[in-house]
Amino acid sequence: MSTSDQRWAMKRRGVLAGMTAFLAAGCQKVSESTTGRSLLDAAQGWHQGANRLLGGRTGMAKEYDRSERSPFFRGNGSVNPQNGDYQEQVAASFANWRLEVGGLVNNPMSLSLENIRALPQRTQITRHDCVEGWSAIGEWTGPQLSTLLEAAGVQDNARYIVFRCADNLNGQDYYESVDMIDAYHPQTIVAHLLNGEPLPVRNGAPLRMRIEKQLGYKHPKYLTGIEAVASLDDIGDGKGGYWEDRAGYQWYAGI
Amino acid sequence: MKKHVLSTRLWHWINLISIVILFMSGLNISNAHRRLYWGDWGFAPEHAWLEVPRFPGWMTIPDFYSLAQARDWHILMAWPFAVALLFMWIAMIVNGHFKRDLTTTRTEWKPAAIWDDIKQHAKFNFDHGEGKYNFLQKFSYGMVLGVFLPMMVFTGMAISPGMEPVWGWFSDLVGGRQSARSLHFIFAWLVFGFFVVHLLLVIVHKPFQQLRDMITGGKA
Repeated sequence: MSTSDQRWAMKRRGVLAGMTAFLAAGCQKVSESTTGRSLLDAAQGWHQGANRLLGGRTGMAKEYDRSERSPFFRGNGSVNPQNGDYQEQVAASFANWRLEVGGLVNNPMSLSLENIRALPQRTQITRHDCVEGWSAIGEWTGPQLSTLLEAAGVQDNARYIVFRCADNLNGQDYYESVDMIDAYHPQTIVAHLLNGEPLPVRNGAPLRMRIEKQLGYKHPKYLTGIEAVASLDDIGDGKGGYWEDRAGYQWYAGI
Repeated sequence: MKKHVLSTRLWHWINLISIVILFMSGLNISNAHRRLYWGDWGFAPEHAWLEVPRFPGWMTIPDFYSLAQARDWHILMAWPFAVALLFMWIAMIVNGHFKRDLTTTRTEWKPAAIWDDIKQHAKFNFDHGEGKYNFLQKFSYGMVLGVFLPMMVFTGMAISPGMEPVWGWFSDLVGGRQSARSLHFIFAWLVFGFFVVHLLLVIVHKPFQQLRDMITGGKA
């Protein structure tokens, strides 16, 4: 390229970059305004509404054949928590792990892994879709969340189920939440087996949620508590989950 | 009779805005995981058929890496894009634009006729006799309206886990969720390719009149 060609190329690139920067700045302005923010938040509600309208409340995520499983199921986010007594729990093979079921319920419960394994089980081979774009297929086994919620007697004013976790990422405890429709979905299970084996630490040992019609960050690992609540306002920063609070991820993760 | 009816003009500009924002926020989303796979799953380099480059900030919305904000824009603009496309198809069929201006005839598909059209285009000779568009225009507009843009909507729905119960058959049809994701990426660049050629052809052929006509409708 001659110097004038180079100058022209730079100029053209400058104009293009300038135009896109203008657009990006415009978008930034919109997303920072109150109206803009509420529009962006409303859009995820439209998707959720459309999903529910078309697929119904209990529309099922695809279940695969054993032969279609990924040869390995990668871990993401926390893969080996170092906080609290987690490492001692690992050393003790989770013999003292408890799952607390509480909040707006008539019979709060504290369950051991034995108790959880004694409940009716569901096994499903499903695809895990990460918000970043990758997918993996695994076979998950555990009781349906609805079994636990029915045993605990969820009160009428409860609108969400909050999941508490043993891992602490960047100084904040991981937590997530779903509405009652997804909480009672037949494929929403408290998994303790992956491909017939106890969950590996990287996949959330000893317990993780499976919320199959939503993206991976909705499936909390290292599960210690299930809480029925009327509002998400006073939990964490009030946005309903770790990534929602921390980075502004969409609370409805079915998109 | 006006050159472009109101529904065409309205759709054209809504579509432009939504496509630009969808494309640029899509490039930001692509930066979150730059490998593409075929089939239903994939997460490691050895499964990938392509590792795409990281797109620089000036090409993305927002202009820094933020998967959350990019998804916000993508999720919002998917609606005007998809709804306007549906509206445009209904309007085109109802007002006769599709049948009158976009359907091709058997004679137009003759290789000699196509070759002649390509030669005329290469010479920047855009005068053609009867009808609004020549074969290449009908063909490219037809492909964009009938294949590229609908495929963006369909593959987008196939990537959404919430759509799985109703739209899972489409992922299966194209070979799996990761195939749908790969196609979403490929068709996005085909739309971009059309956008560039479309813009260049407008620039070389009466740009101000064309721009004005797409705003006001123009004279018969």
